[in-house]
Amino acid sequence: MLLGPSLAVSAVLFALGVAGVLLRRNAIVIFMCVELMLNAVNLTFVALAQSLGVAGQIFVFFVMAVAAAEAAVGLAIILAIYRHKQTVDLQNINLLKG
Amino acid sequence: MYARWVLTALLVWPAVAAVAILIAPPRWAKHLGFVASLIEFAIAVPLWWTFVPSGGMQFVCDAPWIQVPLFGTGAPWSIHYTVGVDGISLFMVLLTTLLVPLSVLGSYSYITTRERAYYALLLVLTSGMIGVFVALDLFLFYVMWEVMLIPMYFIIGVWGGDSRLYAAIKFFIYTMFGSLLMLVAILALVYLVGQRTGIFSFDYFHLMRNLGDLGPLAFWLFAAFFLAFAIKVPMFPFHTWLPDAHVEAPTAGSVILAGILLKMGTYGFLRFAVPFFPAVALAPPVETAIVALSLVGILYGGLVAMVQPDFKKLIAYSSVAHLGFVMLGIWALTLQSVQGALLVMINHGISTGALFFLVGMIYERRHSRLIAAYGGIARVVPLFAAILTFVSLSSIGLPGTNGFVGEFLVLVGAFRTHPVAAGIAATGVIVAAAYLLWALQRVIFNPLDKPENEKLPDLTPRELAVLLPLVACIVWIGVYPKPILDRMEPAARQFIESVRPPGPTATAIAP
Amino acid sequence: MPSALQLLWLVPALPLAGFLANGVLALRRPRAKHAVSIIGVGVLLAALALAIVIVLAFLREGTPGPLVFPYWEWMPVGELHVTVALQLDQLSAVMLLVVTGVSSLIHVFSVGYMGEDPGYARYFAYLNLFVFFMLVLVLGASFPVMFVGWEGVGLCSYLLIGFWFNERINADAGKKAFLVNRIGDVGFLVAMLMIFAHTGSLDFQPLFAQAPKLFTPGGPAVTAITLLLFLGCTGKSAQIPLYTWLPDAMQGPTPVSALIHAATMVTAGVYLVARCNVLYALAPVASAVVAGIGALTAFFAATIALKQWDIKRVLAYSTVSQLGYMFLGVGSGAYAAGIFHLVTHAFFKALLFLGAGSVIHALHHAYHATHSREDAQDMRNMGGLARHLPWTSTLMWVATLAIAGIPPFAGFFSKDQILSAAFSLGDVHPLWYVYWLLGLLTALLTAFYMTRLMLYTFHGPNRTGERESAHLREAPWVMTGPLVVLAALSLAGGALNVPALLRGREWLEHWLEPVTAVAARLRPGIEVPHGTEWALVIAAVAAAGLGIIAAVRLLRPEELVPARLAPAERGFARVLWKKWYVDEIYDFLFVRPLIWLSREVLWRTIDLGLIDGAGVNGAARLSRALGWIGSRLQTGQLGFYVVLFVGGVLAVLWTAVR
Repeated sequence: MLLGPSLAVSAVLFALGVAGVLLRRNAIVIFMCVELMLNAVNLTFVALAQSLGVAGQIFVFFVMAVAAAEAAVGLAIILAIYRHKQTVDLQNINLLKG
Repeated sequence: MYARWVLTALLVWPAVAAVAILIAPPRWAKHLGFVASLIEFAIAVPLWWTFVPSGGMQFVCDAPWIQVPLFGTGAPWSIHYTVGVDGISLFMVLLTTLLVPLSVLGSYSYITTRERAYYALLLVLTSGMIGVFVALDLFLFYVMWEVMLIPMYFIIGVWGGDSRLYAAIKFFIYTMFGSLLMLVAILALVYLVGQRTGIFSFDYFHLMRNLGDLGPLAFWLFAAFFLAFAIKVPMFPFHTWLPDAHVEAPTAGSVILAGILLKMGTYGFLRFAVPFFPAVALAPPVETAIVALSLVGILYGGLVAMVQPDFKKLIAYSSVAHLGFVMLGIWALTLQSVQGALLVMINHGISTGALFFLVGMIYERRHSRLIAAYGGIARVVPLFAAILTFVSLSSIGLPGTNGFVGEFLVLVGAFRTHPVAAGIAATGVIVAAAYLLWALQRVIFNPLDKPENEKLPDLTPRELAVLLPLVACIVWIGVYPKPILDRMEPAARQFIESVRPPGPTATAIAP
Repeated sequence: MPSALQLLWLVPALPLAGFLANGVLALRRPRAKHAVSIIGVGVLLAALALAIVIVLAFLREGTPGPLVFPYWEWMPVGELHVTVALQLDQLSAVMLLVVTGVSSLIHVFSVGYMGEDPGYARYFAYLNLFVFFMLVLVLGASFPVMFVGWEGVGLCSYLLIGFWFNERINADAGKKAFLVNRIGDVGFLVAMLMIFAHTGSLDFQPLFAQAPKLFTPGGPAVTAITLLLFLGCTGKSAQIPLYTWLPDAMQGPTPVSALIHAATMVTAGVYLVARCNVLYALAPVASAVVAGIGALTAFFAATIALKQWDIKRVLAYSTVSQLGYMFLGVGSGAYAAGIFHLVTHAFFKALLFLGAGSVIHALHHAYHATHSREDAQDMRNMGGLARHLPWTSTLMWVATLAIAGIPPFAGFFSKDQILSAAFSLGDVHPLWYVYWLLGLLTALLTAFYMTRLMLYTFHGPNRTGERESAHLREAPWVMTGPLVVLAALSLAGGALNVPALLRGREWLEHWLEPVTAVAARLRPGIEVPHGTEWALVIAAVAAAGLGIIAAVRLLRPEELVPARLAPAERGFARVLWKKWYVDEIYDFLFVRPLIWLSREVLWRTIDLGLIDGAGVNGAARLSRALGWIGSRLQTGQLGFYVVLFVGGVLAVLWTAVR
């Protein structure tokens, strides 16, 4: 029941997230795209839980918890970077260069 | 009581004292270090009398340490804390405990920064060195081998000369490279013997008894041990860490490096590499190669020493030559040559140690190690010149000093099994005279043509206190080495018999 | 056994104690000259007195065999038993007396000669130490103990040649002496190794007693051993090819040249061959080599002596030449004759050197008084000194006649016996006639250059300088006294061993018989008819006389000019003056290539370049290069990482799904 369309939507959302991470430069936008990918996965979990059991729905809570933690830490880091460099454009942040 | 705990006390005491030094106020550091190392020496000295020459391994202390099943073999891997000394290690322990207090005393005015850390490291180093010489469990041996590496790394790297970091890292990586291969070989050995006997033990005697025939693998295991020890000796061509480490280390570091650390290589050959794999060590190609490398070491070390502009480097290369004699003595496998090799190990510690002290003392006054910076100073520092001359003469093996006894025994013994090699090695004494006398001439003789040398102060009482025990040893071993030879003879004999079954010895004139 | 013999250890111990006391004084109280003189000379006189008492006791004892006094075990290892032991036999008794006697005289002389030197205490310390080692050398009962003395005297020679160490030339000469000696010492060392490997013993007594059984006569083992021992002798006793250090050794104080480089140390090689007479008798080839090298050296050094201007250099080459004679003697199997020449040579050559020292002392004072910087040793600055130094002149003439071999002076007897011994072997092989001829020619050259030395130094006009000649004085009695004693010995020393031909008792020959008995049995001497022997004597004396007459007739001392005005030598004279360029040849062939090899090839190329550069640091550079390549992936661009990440995930998925 609606499995096919649900999976299709989540695939589209995931692809959009990947494309955003790959193509955008603004750290906030990339961050939001990562959230998008997580939620795409959540959608998949929920959709598949109908046929495969309740474990998938429980996993969604885990993912949401991790996403919330990630959002807290990630936004804090981005904020720190912004304070430091006055920009969140990732092209200007290359301290890991070897 | 003494017999059971002395070695453990020797191991633990310096480590405890090191902690005490770290806690105590910095201005006490050197005095505490000196007292602690003197106590260490006092603990070790009774070994000389209580040691029974024919008693084999003595003062043994054995306790289980780590016993866990590993690698799913089922049987526990038994690692013990086992220590003991025989006629080979006894003198290494005594030499160590003699040189450490002198090194501490010799560092009094040389080390002016971070004194607490320095003296604490020196004492930890002592623990490690004693541990290497007394360990009878290969795991313990390996741990101690690494324990002494780290303090030495810091001593060179923190208190060394201008390019100390380069020297320290080179020393560390060089030694580590060899010792890791040795670790692999030790593990392989334990595993192989364990498979055969069902007991996965690191115990030295267990391994010796049950080694059996390892087939072609023996060669590779020997090669791993050989590399670790040959780097430490150092044998040509694994010697290039030595000049850098010697030159950059502070005086006490050089003394201990030359006096004791190098002996760990030859000690390793005597204790482990050769008795474990006699068939490989005596296989004609291996034997020829090692004897040849020893000869190369003797002549090459001497010739390269001759043209060094830096006095410390000269002594460093001369160590390569001296240790070549030791290797030749070990591989010649006669009673005279092996005892001679042991004696050269002791002598080199004393004479080269004294030389490094002397160079360090003159360096403190003039801040130059270059031979060309001096000249004619015998007139301003006669006492220094007299002792330098005397110690140099012992280093070149003048009869009546310790150097001669060792080299003569090595040559006498080596001549019986390797006459050509002994003949070539004998020419090494010419080269030795050439490099040391030439350096001596350029330092204490020749015109006194540098104004900054005209006001050099002569040796202080403290410096004399450092040197005189070594001078006394030089005379004593040169004139009456019998007590030492008597104590090492059974161990040397046992080493030879464990490697090569006893055969008939031919003498025409009965004693 | 009488108690005096038991005190043998005290003879070397006395100078050793003197060394220690004077050494401490040299370091702590260098100005305490009186104490130094009393200790330094006192121990020597005590040692001499003791030596005489001991030898007398030995005479009374009348034992033919050697007395061995073991003290302690030195290196007992397995079958090797080296004991520190001294041995007194007829040969070491002779050496004991010569060494202590000549040393005592020279110590006394040194009190005057070195009196004003700031290193007075150090000088006597070294000199005492030398006597100690020399006594160990001649009294040692085994090869290793002898080797202690053998290298020890080399050490003292090194220290004393470079005594005035602040002059580079002195320090160079000392180092050269030690190194050249060391080359020889390796021969000695390897010989010891061979002896032990073949016989299992290094003690003289059992070894020599059993040597005829242990070695095949003329076999390779004994030949190699004796040749190696002789290599040691060529170093210590300055024979071809290792003689070059001795002339340079004249940089030391003159009494040192007299004691070490003329009378005692340099004769150690002769003593060694005489000591090992059994081995040499078993090795005829080695003996022939010894004699040949000896004869060649005698002649070669004599040619160089012809053209030297430094008075001490003439005497140095003369010493080399006379040592050659001694080796000719012991090589010919005439061990007693060799030792006899050693003894007489010790007398007259010590006298010559001390006389030269007296001359130099006088000139040095004269130049010092006028602040002149002329060379006090150059004969061109001397001349006519007989007027100023009558004693020295007369006494040195005695020595000159003795060394030239004019009867009845001591040198005549000893030299003659060596020459006739060499000649007698001509029946065995004609080569010995060549040796004899070389010896005869050397006798002629010796007479010539010694007369030249005397003429240029003491006769003709004085060339020292107008003002300086007023300051020339005879030395004090503490210096001329020893000269008188030595002159008496040079005059009468021949009485020790007057040959049977001259109705003599051949006293020394008989005295040494117990030592040389085995060798004499192995290699009996060849009797020469009386007529031939007389002819040989006459030939030798004629050669000497001819040399003296030729020198007197040919040389013109009045035509010489002082050294600073003298023209450079030309032609063959220059070759002789430059000592056949041997030093330059050695330098070019051995010294420079060795240093170049060590510095450029071994150190810079192999050690620093190949092993350390390419090997060790090469490995470090390699790992750093690999790391650099890896680090290029780390751009720091997050986008790039994500692209790689997504690509990686896709790749994994692709392989998983497929």
